[in-house]
Amino acid sequence: MPDSPAQSPSSDAARRLPRPWDNPAQVPFIQIKGLSKRFDDVTAVNDVSLDIFRGELFAILGGSGSGKTTLLRMLAGFEQPAAGSIVIDGVDMTPVPPYERPVNMMFQSYALFPHMTVEQNVAYGLRKEGLPRADIARRVAEMLALVKLGSLGGRKPDQLSGGEQQRVALARALVKRPKVLLLDEPLAALDRKLREHTQFELMNIQDQLGITFLVVTHDQEEAMTLATRIAVMNAGRFVQVGTPAEIYEFPCNRFVADFFGTVNLFSGRVAGNSGDTLSFRADNLPGVICAPATTCQTGDEAWIAVRPEKISLSKAPPAGSDENVFRGMVWDLAYYGNLSLYQINLDGGHIIEVSVQNRVRSAQRVAEWYDEVYVYWGKQNSVVLRE
Amino acid sequence: MNRRYPPFLIGVLAFAYAFLYVPIVLVIVYSFNDSRLVSVWGGFSLRWYRALLENEQVLRAAWLSLRVAIVSATVATVLGTLAGIALTRMGRYPGRFLFTGMLAAPLVMPEIITGLSLLLLFVTLQDLIGWPSGRGALTITLSHITFCMAFVAVVAQSRLAAMDAALEEAALDLGGTPFRVTLDITLPLIMPAMVSGWLLSFTLSLDDLVITSFVSGPGASTLPMLIYSKVKLGLTPDINALATLIIVMVSICVGVAGWLMYRRPVPQRV
Repeated sequence: MPDSPAQSPSSDAARRLPRPWDNPAQVPFIQIKGLSKRFDDVTAVNDVSLDIFRGELFAILGGSGSGKTTLLRMLAGFEQPAAGSIVIDGVDMTPVPPYERPVNMMFQSYALFPHMTVEQNVAYGLRKEGLPRADIARRVAEMLALVKLGSLGGRKPDQLSGGEQQRVALARALVKRPKVLLLDEPLAALDRKLREHTQFELMNIQDQLGITFLVVTHDQEEAMTLATRIAVMNAGRFVQVGTPAEIYEFPCNRFVADFFGTVNLFSGRVAGNSGDTLSFRADNLPGVICAPATTCQTGDEAWIAVRPEKISLSKAPPAGSDENVFRGMVWDLAYYGNLSLYQINLDGGHIIEVSVQNRVRSAQRVAEWYDEVYVYWGKQNSVVLRE
Repeated sequence: MNRRYPPFLIGVLAFAYAFLYVPIVLVIVYSFNDSRLVSVWGGFSLRWYRALLENEQVLRAAWLSLRVAIVSATVATVLGTLAGIALTRMGRYPGRFLFTGMLAAPLVMPEIITGLSLLLLFVTLQDLIGWPSGRGALTITLSHITFCMAFVAVVAQSRLAAMDAALEEAALDLGGTPFRVTLDITLPLIMPAMVSGWLLSFTLSLDDLVITSFVSGPGASTLPMLIYSKVKLGLTPDINALATLIIVMVSICVGVAGWLMYRRPVPQRV
């Protein structure tokens, strides 16, 4: 398939969803302003600001120790911020205790009350609201039907499977109709098959109820498939906030590029920046890499990132332009059925990864071990990173 | 599977258990002895149990022991559980380790010292404020509460520490005030620890001799004190019957307490 020029994020026509975050007139539903939290000597969350809009399924993504869980716990009210404020639907929530916030949380461990039945678990929040008995029973039944647990209301949590427990936890958190649902690693405890299924179920339920979801996860695949937008968090700060496609295709630095999927990185210096093309001289690579023009100056230290699936592979040099064409040798290959993964040792010693879709049914591969091959990509697939 | 155990190990084990239990078994066996002489077998009989029931002194001591044990176990369970909750749920604060350790210290404090210090305290208090006036059932109960409370606190604390703190957070998140959450979630989940703490306190209170001797006064003799003073005058067979009854009671309490603690584990933190 010929490469078409990369779309800039603001004119992404592929997603026809409304994009409230691009509309300055839109009032954010959750406003986090300058939020900080310290534990002893460690700054867990460092001056974080974020706007989330009504009905979003927002994901905060980060490794362990990135501060994502602390941020979530501050939203739920379990931790008091050292500085900053949290405003939900126009009300400042910072001084409000957890039991008075219009926010509910689904815990990573599910935290189902072991001495109560499924129905009692789900009804707990409504009972604390002091609703009439009949209303409670009706809403619990509705919610259990929504998560497809209608027949298990009388069971105790330890008589349920992991997937069922997860759905009880979801029902319990949703039954109070919170303004925001916080989900802490919602799928982490499920096995792979169940995860994929549950992921779609979660999106469906969010769609039906229109509640704003805020998911915290360390799993980039989970974040990409679930979320309308993602905030990548590292060392207590947001590194990048954007839609999954923006973050994958237009990472702002090496950390984000590397965190999401696989990426080939070339370090080197900008050799020229004229017209619409930036030329880049990479260390240990003969020739230049072409990329879209940026604000870089000639001589600046930078990195070029190219995704494995954006690179083409052939045994003969490609006809036409010789832009971004490099010669190398097949160093290793792995066959995955739907695609094959090649490691190519380029002239100069740089090893890159190339993935090739197996589009034609054949026992033959494009190239075998130690074949001489050419790799090439359009210049719009080169991402210039400054840090 | 047929496993062969080394005879040497079996021998050692048998010896160890014999060492522990032969004396107790002897007491139980001789409690059914018909003979007047403690160490001569004269056939099976329940006469010493009947004699116990007619012995006014023994009955009075037993009634005092039971009253003291029930009151002190109950008060100690309430106070100890509260202390355990406070220590585990206050989060991190300076000196936490010190406070946790200090709560358990009375468990390893020599009883003679605890007894002596309590006696001093009661005497001083009586001089200063006139309460507690004299020594007797009240001072015994107060003393038993102090060491039983330490015991309950340790048991409650270990149960709480193993409990997933997210359970309480989930209840808070669903709109329960901290007080309601303690009633709805924390207490039901640590109830087995509280019951077993109560039973163990009851047992400890029932057998305590050293501390009780320090803080008791004229006319207030607990069962262990009575037995000890009777043995000093010479063994009589009715003591064996009394000892057997105490063994049965203590075994039941400890057995139930152990069963409650290990029957169903609390939901663990992840």
